[in-house]
Amino acid sequence: MNVVAKTETGRALSDAFAVARDRLPGKGKIADQRRQAFDAYERLGLPHRRIEDWKYTDLRALMREVLPLAPAPDAAALGRAAAAVKLRAIDGVRRLVLVDGAFAADLSDLGNLDKGLTIRPLREVLDAGDGALSTQAIATDVSNPMIALNGAMATDGVVIEVADGTVLVQPLHIVHVASGTAPASMFTRSLLRLGRDAGVTLVESYLAGEGAKAYQAHDGLIVSIGDNARLDHVRLIEDSVDAFNISSATVSLGAHAHFNTFGLTSGGHVSRYQLTVTCAGEGSKVETNGVNLINGTQHADTTLFMDHAVPHCASREIFRAVVDDRAHSVFQGRIIVRPDAQKTDAKMMTRALLLSDDAEADNKPELEIFADDVTCGHGATTGALDESLLFYMRARGLPEKEAQALLIQAFVGEAIESIASDALREVAIATAQRWLEARA
Amino acid sequence: MSLLEVKDLQVRVEEREILHGLSLTVNPGQVHAIMGPNGSGKSTLSHVIAGKPGYEVTGGQILFKGEDLLEMEPNERAAKGVFLAFQYPVEIPGVTTWNFLHAALNAQRKARGEDEISSPAFLKKVREVAKSLNIPQDMLKRGVNVGFSGGEKKRNEILQMALFEPAVCILDEMDSGLDIDALRIAADGVNALRSPERAMVVITHYQRLLNYIVPDVVHVMSKGRVVKSGGKELALELEESGYAQFEDAA
Ligand SMILES: Nc1ncnc2c1ncn2[C@@H]1O[C@H](COP(=O)(O)OP(=O)(O)OP(=O)(O)O)[C@@H](O)[C@H]1O
Ligand SMILES: [Mg+2]
Repeated sequence: MNVVAKTETGRALSDAFAVARDRLPGKGKIADQRRQAFDAYERLGLPHRRIEDWKYTDLRALMREVLPLAPAPDAAALGRAAAAVKLRAIDGVRRLVLVDGAFAADLSDLGNLDKGLTIRPLREVLDAGDGALSTQAIATDVSNPMIALNGAMATDGVVIEVADGTVLVQPLHIVHVASGTAPASMFTRSLLRLGRDAGVTLVESYLAGEGAKAYQAHDGLIVSIGDNARLDHVRLIEDSVDAFNISSATVSLGAHAHFNTFGLTSGGHVSRYQLTVTCAGEGSKVETNGVNLINGTQHADTTLFMDHAVPHCASREIFRAVVDDRAHSVFQGRIIVRPDAQKTDAKMMTRALLLSDDAEADNKPELEIFADDVTCGHGATTGALDESLLFYMRARGLPEKEAQALLIQAFVGEAIESIASDALREVAIATAQRWLEARA
Repeated sequence: MSLLEVKDLQVRVEEREILHGLSLTVNPGQVHAIMGPNGSGKSTLSHVIAGKPGYEVTGGQILFKGEDLLEMEPNERAAKGVFLAFQYPVEIPGVTTWNFLHAALNAQRKARGEDEISSPAFLKKVREVAKSLNIPQDMLKRGVNVGFSGGEKKRNEILQMALFEPAVCILDEMDSGLDIDALRIAADGVNALRSPERAMVVITHYQRLLNYIVPDVVHVMSKGRVVKSGGKELALELEESGYAQFEDAA
């Protein structure tokens, strides 16, 4: 029996769930699924450092409690959200906006959907009781308390289906916005299904409206990529520096499917992104790239679980962390190559750049290889900026911060370059630039 | 007023004194050559003038146009017109030469209160200079000095010097690693920059460079001091007799 779940915090959340239940879409089987997910969370409680996967990100110490659900956004909240969305608008995308955990139709673009593309709010899908889709959307890994909690509490999200052979030219952009000034939690869950030969670019960003500070964004994304389909995925965490962002993505690839994902974390007080990728079809290819740009007392954790279940798949991970002040960056990368997965080609390279003596970067690569005919490797480095380069640049007239900025840009460049779309690469570069300018 | 005045400079590195009271006065329009055996402190002097961290100045002064250079950050010195062509230019992967030069030039201009130079104007300027130094365009697209040959790195230093138009140029062994043709091109580049307002301090081991860049004054450095100064014939003398006579003097 878990003593901790019976603490004040545990009880408070338990009550919150009881209260929230009426606001959670989905009856019957869905409600049962949620109940089970919540029980799983209650059994495990908030993860802490003695749980191996959460060794560096002790939510019990860092977050202490899960805040109650944010109220549904009113007109003023939607107004603040709209302003935040506008500030970070990306040209040429189809925007899907979630405000305080609720789909905001007025801020979203659901007009003229391409043939083969279906987009519905999660709430609508769950309320319609649409069996298989609902079950998949709310499906939960009950061994992970935060994913379980997300499944239990999700109030809304988007459900996107892309039919076989449909290749979207226009990227989809899911924007998560916290509008409220009162600390609260948002729970969202989205589902993306790509049929065979389909192609999609998905951008996800996390923003704070003016005045939104110590909120908690709990998000989950479930993705299936059909045979021969391709998903390009870009995530930008630009939450408020007091916010918590606890999110996960679970991605499965069919045969000869291709998944290219890039994540940039520059915002949030504490963030944890758990990405689970399964190569379930032969010949599939995964590129995972990530950048942390953090300072102050920020804590950013990317935990990757790369599962090679079948032969002839390739995965590449490039992760770069730039850590200033007393910030703490965590990268955990676990690659598992199952006995059948011969001819797997898996490589992981992580590098951290520490800009201050108090900055910390933890890196935990793990390779578990059960097949014998594979090419696997990983490497990791941690270091400071090269003084001789800095001096050379300063001797040419660049002030120290500017010289540092150029070296930092070069350092994260390799990961950012992996973004296939020129326009989105520019967006990522601009986001990094904002961080660099803020510290200058 | 002299352009650069080094007075009784004493410098330590990691508790060890390297320069023991070195003095040097450089006037506008002059070219000074500094020669001296390995380890005599030539690069140390150039680094201290440019403001490299890690050197402790325990005595003396460096004045640039009468201002205390030692009080300034390296980038301020550059903006005021102090340029060092490094003996060992570093490689900066991921930062294109192009970007770097543009950012550096604009940083200098900004520090001087001048307008920034636009991309097209910059492009034109760099292209002209690169052409005069026989530097292919595609080198400018590569990371700073990344994969450059020894000679190419040196030419890139001269390129920067021509671009920034400094008041004092310190060339630390710009001739090492250059083939005969490259040496002539680089020396022509340096000579083209000679002007009544500008001064050069040329550090070299070889008299040959001084046939191309003819100095007004030649200094011999030994063990952290200037032990002899003279006209250009001093370089020829050294070529004949070596440094042994001066080591005793030091
Ligand atoms: N960072 C350092 N730490 C310790 N000793 C140093 C350091 N830098 C220079 N020195 C020492 O200072 C002395 C002068 O070195 P410097 O590089 O200035 O000589 P140099 O005259 O330029 O020689 P060369 O002709 O070989 O280029 C040498 O004995 C060198 O070992
Ligand atoms: Mg030297």
